[in-house]
Amino acid sequence: MAERKAQMLSGNEACALAAVAAGCRFFAGYPITPSSEIGEVLSYLLPRNGGRFIQMEDEIASMGAIIGASLCGVKSLTATSGPGFSLKQENIGYAAMAEIPCVIVNVMRGGPSTGVPTQPAQADFQQARWGRHGDHPIIVIAPATVTGAYELTVRAFNLSEKYRTPVVLLLDEVVGHMREKVEITAPEDLEVVNREKPGMPPEEYLPYSHSGTDLNPMPAFGDGYRYHVTGLAHDETGFPTNNTREIDLQYRRLNRKLHRYRDDILQVRKMETDDARIGIVAYGSTARTARHTVKAARSEGIPVGLLQPVTVWPFPDEEIRDFGKQVSHLIVPEMSLGQFAREVERVAGCHAEIVRVNRVDGEPITPKEIITAVREVA
Amino acid sequence: MGFRHEVRLSGTGGQGLLLIGKVLAEAAAVYDGKNATQSQSYGPEARGGASKSEVIISDEEIDYPKATEIDFLLCLTQESCDKYASDVKPEGTLLVDSTYVSSVPEGNYRVFQFPITQKAKDELGSATVANVVALGMISALTSVVSSESIESAILARVPKGTEDLNLKAYRLGRTLVEEAG
Repeated sequence: MAERKAQMLSGNEACALAAVAAGCRFFAGYPITPSSEIGEVLSYLLPRNGGRFIQMEDEIASMGAIIGASLCGVKSLTATSGPGFSLKQENIGYAAMAEIPCVIVNVMRGGPSTGVPTQPAQADFQQARWGRHGDHPIIVIAPATVTGAYELTVRAFNLSEKYRTPVVLLLDEVVGHMREKVEITAPEDLEVVNREKPGMPPEEYLPYSHSGTDLNPMPAFGDGYRYHVTGLAHDETGFPTNNTREIDLQYRRLNRKLHRYRDDILQVRKMETDDARIGIVAYGSTARTARHTVKAARSEGIPVGLLQPVTVWPFPDEEIRDFGKQVSHLIVPEMSLGQFAREVERVAGCHAEIVRVNRVDGEPITPKEIITAVREVA
Repeated sequence: MGFRHEVRLSGTGGQGLLLIGKVLAEAAAVYDGKNATQSQSYGPEARGGASKSEVIISDEEIDYPKATEIDFLLCLTQESCDKYASDVKPEGTLLVDSTYVSSVPEGNYRVFQFPITQKAKDELGSATVANVVALGMISALTSVVSSESIESAILARVPKGTEDLNLKAYRLGRTLVEEAG
């Protein structure tokens, strides 16, 4: 193990450093608060590590550029916030449909439209899942700390490469801009996954085979494997098709893909849940407030526990349902008017009473607001 | 609960509050070996508008990174003083720049008033380093972070070529407090 040195980093800086450590060698983006530091740091780091940084004309082109780079075999990243995330959606759908690995960082601020540019929010939760049209899977991961921003950026690349899917790293302004003490893992000690390349002769290669593991190896353009890439419904070769059976098989495989490997993809963090009679479910920076609250409530003798989804999509249905069966109430604090609580209610609403704590004034939720809700039901 | 020290640095955009927040947090965490977080809140303007930077220092893991019961509040504008003085906890400390702050709300806290920006102009010929003068005062008024660590963090953080000026500014801040007794 290499020596770990303590340093003060912001979540955005940690994300940029982690991208390079994960093997990312291409960034295309358009600056937007509160995500700009990611591109700023990468504009310095990438050229020094054999990579490329491009500030594109807009967010749509940035998303197109990272898809193109990824098809050439290069791990690629873009970073944005609400308005830019909206613009990227069409191309994210293309990456989902054509199964092109890429990582999109969205540092959430208040919206819709220009909204509250410099203040935190968690109101892109449903957009991260459903911003595109059509049935498709996507992985969304939400760090709560600077160390988490580092480790989960690496994980976002790994999952993206392994499952050939766009992965959204969902930060909020607090996590992106906050600086805290971190001891980051040296690049040589990180687990880094690279996409599987085809081993069969080019004439036998099927980029979208629907037999076997549901996952297919992916050559880089120029490797000698010629195949078709399209946003149209396609058959196993990648060419467009109107054959209903082929269309059905591909859609079902695409949507089965992440479900099949759910256990590898899902991560939740638990705190004091074993004997909890009251539950809190929170993600991102709000989970930090919740942790503070759990400690305070426990010191008052209230048996409170926290379940923090780290992978927020696919949603941890089973884990939250089980937690709901164990407690009388699930308190759901979020910087949105119920986008997250809606999912908690869907999976656990018939087992526990859902108590919403919402804040949308641009300030993070305070421990006082959560503990007030806890005391009311204790 | 362990030791938790909350600092809020407030004023207007462009006064360098984020920089001294970063320096203070870095001094506590990297040089003094404590835990620290630094967060900020500002408007969309490059200059002007309300701006604040918050530093939490603790000997434990810091979950909630914002200040709610403030141990030390710095106000470089009247507006920030009016807005935040009531957040200072009993027996806490309020430091204001009397160059801009003329009336200080009454409360159960220690109040220190210095013409910080004016002193920076008069003694160092630059109002730009008023933030670092304030940092020197913070250092002299509290003993949470060691002065050597803050000096090391200043040298690591300020733009190249401005090290001497910033160290002078920091030491001026300390001297002004010490002279005032």
